Amino acid sequence: MALIEIKNLKANIYGNEILHGLNLTINPGEIHAIMGPNGSGKSTLASVLAGKEEFEVTEGTVTFEGHDLLDMSPEDRARAGVFLAFQYPVEIPGVSNANFLKTAINEIRKYRKQDPLDAMDFLQMMKERAKLVEIDSTFLSRSVNVGFSGGEKKKNEIFQMAMLEPKFAVLDETDSGLDIDAMKVVANGVNKLKTDDNAFLIITHYQRLLDYIIPDYVHVLSEGRIIKSGGKELAYELEERGYDWVKAEAIA
Amino acid sequence: MSQDVKDDDQLLLENLAKSEYKYGFFSDIEQEFAPKGLSEEIVRFISMKKKEPEFMLKWRLKAYHHWLTMKEPKWQKVNFPKIDYQDAYYYAAPVDKPGPKNLNEVDPDILSIYEKLGIPLNEQKKLQGIAVDAVLDSVSVATTFKDKLNEAGIIFCPISEAVHSHPELVEKYLGSVVPHTDNYFAALNSAVFSDGSFVYIPKGVRCPMELSTYFRINASNTGQFERTLIIAEEGSYVSYLEGCTAPMRDENQLHAAVVELIAHKNAEIKYSTVQNWYPGDKEGKGGIYNFVTKRGICEGANSKISWTQVETGSSITWKYPSCILKGDNSIGEFYSVAMTNNYQQADTGTKMIHIGKNTKSRIVSKGISAGFSENSYRGLVKITKNASKARNFSQCDSLLLGDKCGAHTFPYLEIQNQSATVEHEATTSKISEDIIFYLNQRGISTEDAVALIVNGYAKEVLNQLPMEFAVEAQKLLAISLEGSVG
Ligand SMILES: Nc1ncnc2c1ncn2[C@@H]1O[C@H](COP(=O)(O)OP(=O)(O)OP(=O)(O)O)[C@@H](O)[C@H]1O
Ligand SMILES: [Mg+2]
Repeated sequence: MALIEIKNLKANIYGNEILHGLNLTINPGEIHAIMGPNGSGKSTLASVLAGKEEFEVTEGTVTFEGHDLLDMSPEDRARAGVFLAFQYPVEIPGVSNANFLKTAINEIRKYRKQDPLDAMDFLQMMKERAKLVEIDSTFLSRSVNVGFSGGEKKKNEIFQMAMLEPKFAVLDETDSGLDIDAMKVVANGVNKLKTDDNAFLIITHYQRLLDYIIPDYVHVLSEGRIIKSGGKELAYELEERGYDWVKAEAIA
Repeated sequence: MSQDVKDDDQLLLENLAKSEYKYGFFSDIEQEFAPKGLSEEIVRFISMKKKEPEFMLKWRLKAYHHWLTMKEPKWQKVNFPKIDYQDAYYYAAPVDKPGPKNLNEVDPDILSIYEKLGIPLNEQKKLQGIAVDAVLDSVSVATTFKDKLNEAGIIFCPISEAVHSHPELVEKYLGSVVPHTDNYFAALNSAVFSDGSFVYIPKGVRCPMELSTYFRINASNTGQFERTLIIAEEGSYVSYLEGCTAPMRDENQLHAAVVELIAHKNAEIKYSTVQNWYPGDKEGKGGIYNFVTKRGICEGANSKISWTQVETGSSITWKYPSCILKGDNSIGEFYSVAMTNNYQQADTGTKMIHIGKNTKSRIVSKGISAGFSENSYRGLVKITKNASKARNFSQCDSLLLGDKCGAHTFPYLEIQNQSATVEHEATTSKISEDIIFYLNQRGISTEDAVALIVNGYAKEVLNQLPMEFAVEAQKLLAISLEGSVG
């Protein structure tokens, strides 16, 4: 069974249709990359999957592990295993990373009918995963993203992903603004977390990231539709030639 | 913003308003009342009932006559209908209780009230090292832990008892920090106060446990006028906790307490309050008028007074725990979380009066407003001529939930010595939808997200509370936010 199946998805914001009938199927164990011009609807797709309410879905379906994802609240989607690494992570003053993650993990565990993690196990896990994404443990006691550099915020998203162990993670331009070492750390994090049961959707503008996270499929999103799909070579071609030729091909 | 989102916001706010008062039960204990109304006869009656020495009666009468010449203050940013002072009872006491000697003698009904409140007035909690003096309406019903405190020479008893057992201390200190001429409600309290706590820590003694009083208003139409007096002699230390609740009623009840703290040389007093008086219903009907005067004096050099308050209750709060920093190098602190919801109004803050040299004060105020409530911080920092090198730091933050509530900050500065350093920071923030969505996306419901943010926001103040109280205060904030999403 597909992990997630998006069919003819149409979504608008304040009456403006952004997604015009998008189709995408992702199986467990796969990594998909989405590339596309600015404003083509990549973040919109991510937001709709995560359940941001401003976006209104007018047509189409999204099925996650056989369930109607669009019918679930944002928190239930998260608990069921959908994770979004935000393009622009927000700052939450006063709430420590550790406290935030402990709350999140235990909510997710409750949903899965597991007992809450005890403090020692949680601490242990946090230290271990922090090492995985090479973030300093002093970050754990700091308020979520407050005063973090752009790159640190992105790393923190991957750290959270490592803690929450989602089944399906969307990374929205996590590589943007990262130096080359940080990008490797992010890629490394994804590769270590990848199993045969989970899947990733990587939104990026740069082929470079895909040297480190090897995608099974690359899709081009343009004006709210996927207009071309291919293997990882497609990313190289896009890097070299831009998007115009794909658009031209799509119209022809 | 789309219509959907607006509606959700609305829902969030409406549900916030729905969260109900947890402590609204009424206990049917036999009460003895003085006749309604206020007059010289009533003042005499109260004093007589308490078999007070002559100096107390004189003191009360002086306050009463002064009160008659005063007018209700109008400067605070709160609105309320005129209070009819002749339409209230000024004395209510459980019948037939000639002063219990120990817990076993306390009326089981009264104990069960405290149990419902979750107040640690039992053996089990005793083991946790908290001495409790419980004030039900007007009379102190039980004081635990007396023996252990006695050993250390500490006096912790109802003030009505101290009037008899230690009249010289009461006469010396009562009204020395808050004179009856101070303000309208202080004058009223001085005339009719019924009971409260008295604490005396002798020289060099570190109080071995937290001292705690729970106040609760039970009888209808009784104003509660407690009077608390804490004296810390040279080099001593005490931490005092005060918690308050009141049953649900639809008429307003007046509560006008006075608290006086005296810290001598090298002494430290920590005074913590968790106030959860009935705030009125969601239309703003009923609730407590909480008009309180709290003030401490750092009398000696190197002394310290620290006020911490978590205020979630009362329909109107009017309260400015203050410090007079008279001793050189003395320190005053004020940590406050004031949360208002529905139609609650809070006008609260502090006064730091620097008189001694090198005196320091620190103010951390966190206002949280929801519903249609109004939340004001009002603070005065005064540096007098001789207070060279005085320092103050003030941080006043406001957090808004929704757009029908108000947050206001009124910082007043009076600086008469140019060597002073005074810093003031203020922020106003709203819980944004982006933050809520971020937390939702990590599996946290909107209700829990709001609680997480509010507790995080108030953390700096909650951390000042003794551990057990901090947990309670966190729960209280969560309760006040309960049912915040459908
Ligand atoms: N909150 C919003 N209000 C108004 N328009 C929006 C909003 N969010 C997205 N849009 C519009 O939807 C379109 C798609 O935006 P989206 O953020 O999905 O693009 P993107 O493909 O992620 O672009 P980028 O590569 O720049 O991140 C844009 O035209 C954008 O202006
Ligand atoms: Mg984007």
